[in-house]
Amino acid sequence: MGRYVARRLLQMIPVFIGSTFLIFAMMYALPGDPVRALMGDQAFDPAVLEAKRHELGLDLPLWQQYVNYFTGLLQGDFGTEIGSGRPISEIIAHAFPVSVRLTLFAFTFTVIVGIGLGIVAGLRPESVRDRGLLGLTLVLISMPSFVLGYLMQYLFAFQLGLTTPTVQDSESFGDLFLPAIVLGSLSLAYVARLTRTSIAENLRADYMRTAVAKGLPRRRIVGVHLMRNSLVPVVTFLGTDIGNLMAGAIVTEGIFNVQGVGDAIYEALFRREGATVVGIASLIVLVYLLASLLVDLLYAVLDPRIRYA
Amino acid sequence: MRGAKSAKWVAGAIVVAMAATACGGGSGDEGKKSSSGKPEGYVSIDVGEPQKPLIPADTNESLGSYVIQSLFTQLLDFDAEGEIVYTNAESVTTADSKTWTVKLKSGWKFHNGEAVTAQSYVDAWNWYANVENQQQNSFWFSDIAGYADVHPESGAPKADTMSGLKVVDDTTFTIELTEKVPYFNYKLGYSTFAPLPKVFYDDPKAFGKKPIGNGPYKFESWTRKKLIQVAANPDYQGPNKAQNKGIQFKHYATVEAAYQDVVSGNLDIIRQVGPTDLPKYKQDLGEGAIEQPYAAIQTLVPAFYTSTFKDMDPKVRQGLSMAIDRETITKTVLNSTRTPATSFVPPQVKGNQDLGTDVFTYDPAKAKQLVTEGGGVPGNKVLIQYNSDGGHKEWVTAVCESIRNATGVDCVGDAKPDFATDLEARDNDQVKSMYRGGWVADYPVNVNFIKELYHSGAEANNGRFKNAAIDKMMAEADKANSLEESVKGYQEVEKKLLDEMPAIPLWYYRINGGHGKGVDNVEVDFHGDLELTGVTVK
Repeated sequence: MGRYVARRLLQMIPVFIGSTFLIFAMMYALPGDPVRALMGDQAFDPAVLEAKRHELGLDLPLWQQYVNYFTGLLQGDFGTEIGSGRPISEIIAHAFPVSVRLTLFAFTFTVIVGIGLGIVAGLRPESVRDRGLLGLTLVLISMPSFVLGYLMQYLFAFQLGLTTPTVQDSESFGDLFLPAIVLGSLSLAYVARLTRTSIAENLRADYMRTAVAKGLPRRRIVGVHLMRNSLVPVVTFLGTDIGNLMAGAIVTEGIFNVQGVGDAIYEALFRREGATVVGIASLIVLVYLLASLLVDLLYAVLDPRIRYA
Repeated sequence: MRGAKSAKWVAGAIVVAMAATACGGGSGDEGKKSSSGKPEGYVSIDVGEPQKPLIPADTNESLGSYVIQSLFTQLLDFDAEGEIVYTNAESVTTADSKTWTVKLKSGWKFHNGEAVTAQSYVDAWNWYANVENQQQNSFWFSDIAGYADVHPESGAPKADTMSGLKVVDDTTFTIELTEKVPYFNYKLGYSTFAPLPKVFYDDPKAFGKKPIGNGPYKFESWTRKKLIQVAANPDYQGPNKAQNKGIQFKHYATVEAAYQDVVSGNLDIIRQVGPTDLPKYKQDLGEGAIEQPYAAIQTLVPAFYTSTFKDMDPKVRQGLSMAIDRETITKTVLNSTRTPATSFVPPQVKGNQDLGTDVFTYDPAKAKQLVTEGGGVPGNKVLIQYNSDGGHKEWVTAVCESIRNATGVDCVGDAKPDFATDLEARDNDQVKSMYRGGWVADYPVNVNFIKELYHSGAEANNGRFKNAAIDKMMAEADKANSLEESVKGYQEVEKKLLDEMPAIPLWYYRINGGHGKGVDNVEVDFHGDLELTGVTVK
C-alpha cells in the first residue's frame, strides 16, 4: 500500500512537468502580446514596449522562456505578473483559499444531500419519492448555472432579503452559502442519480438476499453491505468533481462576485499573463492528480477485493 | 482485514488534505477588517483592480486612472465644458507657445507633509520621461526640449534631466518645448503630469503599492482584487476638495454583480450598466440613473494597406458612411448608449464644428450612387474587425446589414477572440479590411482627435492613412501663436478629412451609469469619468 502511494506520487512528477510545458506552449502560441495589451487603444512608445519585453525575457525563444520559468518554479518562484508586478505566488495565495472554501462547502453539500436523496429514492425504486427525485434532478441538470444563480439571487436577496446579492466577505461562510449551493447543485443531481441507480440495482444482488436471510438488522444491511458496494461509482464521480468545482466556477464566481481561482485564471488569460495561467493551471492539475489518487485508495476501502501492492 | 488497513491510509490522506486546506484558508485573513462594511460617510464605486502599480505616468487604463486621479492633482483640470480650471497651478502662461511659465499655488503639501514645489514637478517629469524607467506614458513628455536625451529611440539615455525644464524659484518653473505647441497647457491636464514626493525615488516599487500624492484623497488601504480605500484629505486646498469622507473602489468580477449591489444598496455608484440591465436600469434606479454623453468616438477605420482600400476613391467611403443607419442602430441595438456622430470630433471638445454635410446622414439611394460613381469596392466586400469580448458583435452585425442593404456591398464581421489579439492584428498591419476604432479624449481640444489618429506619423494611426497635404496642414496649425488659431487650423484639417474619409465616424459614447439612494450629486466629467470629489452622502 505504502509503495503504491509512493509510486503514484512519483508518477506525478513527469505529469506535472508535461502539463506545465503544454500550458506554457499554448500560452506562447496564443496571439496577442501581454505588454502590448497593457497599452490599450491609446498611443504608446514602441521603445518602452521593447525595453519591457526584453527585461521580462519575452523576446527569447519558447524553450528558453520555459527553462527560465521552470528553474524559477523549482526554487519555489512562480514568477512575477507583467502588469501589476506582483509575485504570482501572492495571487495564488489570494485566490486559492477562497476557492477551497467554496469548493469544500459545495462539496459537502453535494455529498450529504446528494447521497442522502439517492438512498431515499433508491431504496424504493419506482415509488412516488423516486419519481420526485428524478424530476428534481432533471430540472437541476437542465438548468444552466447562471439561470439558477440569478434565480437564487432574486429569491434570497431581493424577495426575502436574507442575504446580500453578492459575496461581501469571502471568509464568511454565511456569504458563501448561496454560491456554494448553486455551484454544488449540478453535481448534486448527478450524485443523487448515480447513488439511486446503484442502490436500486444492488438491492437485487445475491449478497443482499444472503444478508437478509442471515437475519441481520436492516440498518446493518443498508449501511454496510449495500452502501459499501454502491458507492464505488459515486466516489469515482466525486473525485473528478473536486477539480471541476475548483476551476470551473467562473460563471458562478462572476454572478456572486467571488474572487476565486476561476476569476483569477480568466483575467490572467484575458490579459495574456502567461506565467499566472501556467501557475494556477498546474496547481489545478495537482489537485486533480491528488483527488484521483484518493479515489483509487477509497476503492480499496469500499471493496476489499481491490488490492494495491 | 485488508479493508480496515487501507481505511487507515485513506483517513491519513484525508487528514493531510484537510490540514493543507486549513493552512491555505488562514493566509487570506489579512484583509478581513476592511472588506466588510463601509465607514460612515464614504462612497463606494465599482472600480476594479488596477492593472499596474499606482504610478501616475504608468497608468492609462480607466481603473487605475480613477485611483490616481483621487490621489494626485496636476497643475490644472477641466470643467464639464472642457474649459481649464487651475488646481495646483496659479497660472500657466506663454508668450510664444514655446516657452511656458508655470506658477504654483503656495502652501500645498503632499500627504506626508512635504511641500509641493516646482522641484517636485521637474524631478517627477524627468523621472517619468527617462527611458530606463519604462513608463507607459513617457511619450507625453516628448514635446519638452531635451526629451531625446533622456528617451533616445534606442540605447541608454544621454542625460538625466530634460534641458527644457528649469526651476526659477520654489513656486515657479519654466518649460521650453522643441517646437510651438499652442495647446500644450491642455495636455498638462492629463494625470501623467502629476508631481511626486521625494520618498518616491527611494523605492518606486513600494510607492506604487502605497502612493503618496497631493490630491483630494489620501491613500488608506489596498486589499488585492477586493478594495482600495482612500480617505478625504482635510488639508487639501484645491477647488475640487472632497465633499465626502472617502472613497471605496470595489472590485467586481462582472458588471451584472455590481449592478445587483447598487440596486440592493450595497454599492453606491456603478460606472457603466451592463447590456443585460440597460433596458430596465432607469426604472430600477429612478433619479439615480445617469445618462450623459462624453468626449469619445467610435469609428470604422479602413486599413489603407489592403487591396480593398489602397486606391479607393474617397467617394466610396463617403457612400459607405451614408449607408449606415446610425439613428436606428443607436436606438435599438445599442439601447441609446451612443449618440450618432456628425463629425470627427465629439461636441464636448474645443473646436467641434458643424461640418454642414450629409455624409453622416442615412441615405441609401445616395449611398449606392456614390459607391458606384467612385468605382465600387474592389471585391465588392468589406470586413469589420472587432474584439468579441467587448460587446461589439451586435452593432457590427447591424452596421453590416445596413451597408449590405443600402449598397449591395457584402459586409461581414471579422471577430478576434479578445482585445489583445485585435490590437496585435492592428499593430502588425494584418487587418483584412476595416477595424473598429475607439478614442477617448485625453484633453478636450480637437487636435487630440485629429493629429493623434490621422497624422501619418501618429502611433495610433493603425489604418496607415497617409496624406502629405493633410500632414502639412497639421504642421501649420501647430505653428499658430494662439490656441484659437490652432483650433481653427485643425477645424480646416477636419473639413479636409471629410473629403478624404480616413475613417467613418459612427457615434459618440454616452455613459450609462447610476447611483443608489445613499448618495447624491454624481456628475460626469468631459471624458466620461465620474467626479467623485463632488459626491455627497445623504
